[in-house]
Amino acid sequence: MAQGLDWMARGCGLEAGVGFHFSFTWSSPIGFFVLLIGVNHCPVSSTVIQTPPVIPAKREITTKPRFSDKVFRGVVTGGGLSSLIILGLILIFLSYEGFDTLKAQGIHFFTGSKWQSVTAANGHVDFKASHFGIAAMLIGTLICAFIAILFGVPIAVMSAIFLTFYAPSAIKKLAVTVIDLMAAFPSILFGLWGYFVLDPIGVYWAKLIHKYFNWIPIFQMPSGPYFDRSPFIAGLILAVMIIPIVTSISREIFAQTPLDRVQAAYALGGTKWAMIKNVAFPYARSGVVGGTMLALGRAMGETVAVYTVLNIVYQINWHVLLGAGGNVASMILLQFGDASTEEVKALMAAGLVLFALTLVVNSIANLIVNRTVKGRA
Amino acid sequence: MSTNVVENKVCDVKPQTPWAPSNKQRFTTFGLVVAAAVISFVLVGVTPMKGKLAYFAIFFAALLILDYTFSRMQFGKAAGVDSFFRTLFTIAITITVLPVVSILWNVWLRGHKGLHWSLFTTDMKQSDFTQPVGSGGLIHAIIGTLIIIAIAVIISVPIGILTAVYLTEIKGRFSRPIAFLVQAMSGVPSIVAGLFILAAIVYPLTKHFNGFEGSIALAILMIPTVARTSEEVLRLIPEDLREAGLALGGTQWRSVALIVLPAARSGLFTAIILGVARIIGETAPIVLLTGGANVININPFSGTMESLPLYIWSGLLSGTPEAFTRAWAGILILLALVIVLFAGARYLGSKKVGK
Repeated sequence: MAQGLDWMARGCGLEAGVGFHFSFTWSSPIGFFVLLIGVNHCPVSSTVIQTPPVIPAKREITTKPRFSDKVFRGVVTGGGLSSLIILGLILIFLSYEGFDTLKAQGIHFFTGSKWQSVTAANGHVDFKASHFGIAAMLIGTLICAFIAILFGVPIAVMSAIFLTFYAPSAIKKLAVTVIDLMAAFPSILFGLWGYFVLDPIGVYWAKLIHKYFNWIPIFQMPSGPYFDRSPFIAGLILAVMIIPIVTSISREIFAQTPLDRVQAAYALGGTKWAMIKNVAFPYARSGVVGGTMLALGRAMGETVAVYTVLNIVYQINWHVLLGAGGNVASMILLQFGDASTEEVKALMAAGLVLFALTLVVNSIANLIVNRTVKGRA
Repeated sequence: MSTNVVENKVCDVKPQTPWAPSNKQRFTTFGLVVAAAVISFVLVGVTPMKGKLAYFAIFFAALLILDYTFSRMQFGKAAGVDSFFRTLFTIAITITVLPVVSILWNVWLRGHKGLHWSLFTTDMKQSDFTQPVGSGGLIHAIIGTLIIIAIAVIISVPIGILTAVYLTEIKGRFSRPIAFLVQAMSGVPSIVAGLFILAAIVYPLTKHFNGFEGSIALAILMIPTVARTSEEVLRLIPEDLREAGLALGGTQWRSVALIVLPAARSGLFTAIILGVARIIGETAPIVLLTGGANVININPFSGTMESLPLYIWSGLLSGTPEAFTRAWAGILILLALVIVLFAGARYLGSKKVGK
């Protein structure tokens, strides 16, 4: 309430008796947005002020918002609420379209792995008889994202430490530009690069891992040596994609390490590594965890890049080197091509699950990051 | 030196940086790198380990061990550990940058073969992805991308900037939840945005694919980027400017529209450019919604539409060497656009806010 009064006093302007006339120029390029916002106050052209001989009446001071401000606040609040509206609409529409599938399949939607639509006699999809289960896809999504974090996060955090505490300013500038550019690369680019360049490399690595570590169950090869397009390779491409995200968030956090503590560590005779281990790490730990979760959300929702380097198989597969994996987003894209309008409803249900999952992970991540990084809302 | 000081009566002492690496240290580092490279070559030659991976792995391992041993012998255990981690972090940044180099190199290497002038003058009406690379072009994809992006910008920029204005100027009671929701929205997977438009617009209303539907899906993905970047920029506008506007008797609406937003002009353009860079390569919603076409279609409200990501996608799925070359040429053009946008955002962003 106090805040509201405060802005009103600032915002409404005083109903001044003495005429102050401004002429605003409308030539600024921002006029575009002004027009979009709506109300258009005609600027008052400047006139010569003639001092009246009489003493002006007492000024009336009011905190009542003018009409223009009411409209302004209404429009801006409406715009601000758009994110809420859009997220709500996504939830509503996907739930509405996916309802049939979820109702017919029940818990089997999350525990089954079969994806097979059965057409009833009347030509419509029989949701009761069809099998729609995304267990394999969900587990596959988590496996890929986990591999991505396993490879990507250590490298990204170490890069962030290098950029914050070690890099000479020229190298730092260059590397930050390169990493920001990498974050702007479209996912189709990673998809193409992953398919043609990373996949052969990943297959080579996978063969090495299989050769020397096949006593570990997840590195075994249950059926025919088939290393191409495995969850391992999808995890690698996702690792490359999340590195810029984790690096930039970690860098932001490491840069905020309190300088006095850093200097204190040096003053006690610590080496740079001792300072990082005892001052920077404890300070940044929770923020890095948040950045990792943000990356997890991104990795789970990635579609095109995973599609090109992952062989989608409707069976739960824990053998990460075998070229048979699952991914909810890629499965939707794969099935969409030859799905009828009604089968797409099953895909909507899968999309709803993916949306809810990423939303939860992202929200937790943002809560953690916001608590650590100053200057974020 | 001393005579110089006396003659000019100027203190000519250079700033000292005793912590900077001396020439001897630089030479040592260089020597260690060379030694590690030699070890890597020798080991790859002698042992059965082969390939680029072996070269890199042995080089990095050798560098770590050499650096640690050398520092430890010279300065003791703490210094040894310190330089071990310094080298480790340097290796990490090398690994981070390697994919970018590889991506740029491969895109150029594989893409430039597919470049020719008729790419920018012809569409694919007369030709197929599997035909020789010289035939056909992607002008229809470029025009489609431009139209789709333009509509997405028209939809998302006002909403994004209004959100930012709400968060920085009005600071109402919904500020915290909205800031949180905008962050959450930036994590919406692109395929979900596509499915949402499919469920909300295509199936109940239009029943046909067109470019406009793709634009709305992209706008959903673009709003959070625009909103968050604009918010950061608006926060940098000094409070004095706002107060000056109000002190002159302006309403809040006028001080925002005529003072705050113009002052943040270049930053807002940066926000728009970053938003465009975010969506220009989005493929999943485009694949779901715009349908794809072989010919130029300039009407976003009727008929299917091609766009660059979709062109690349089709090339990839066609699966012949010619189609792959077309896809790489397409991605080269797309990447060039992204880099131009990125450089533009950097240039505008480097300008001082409020000038």
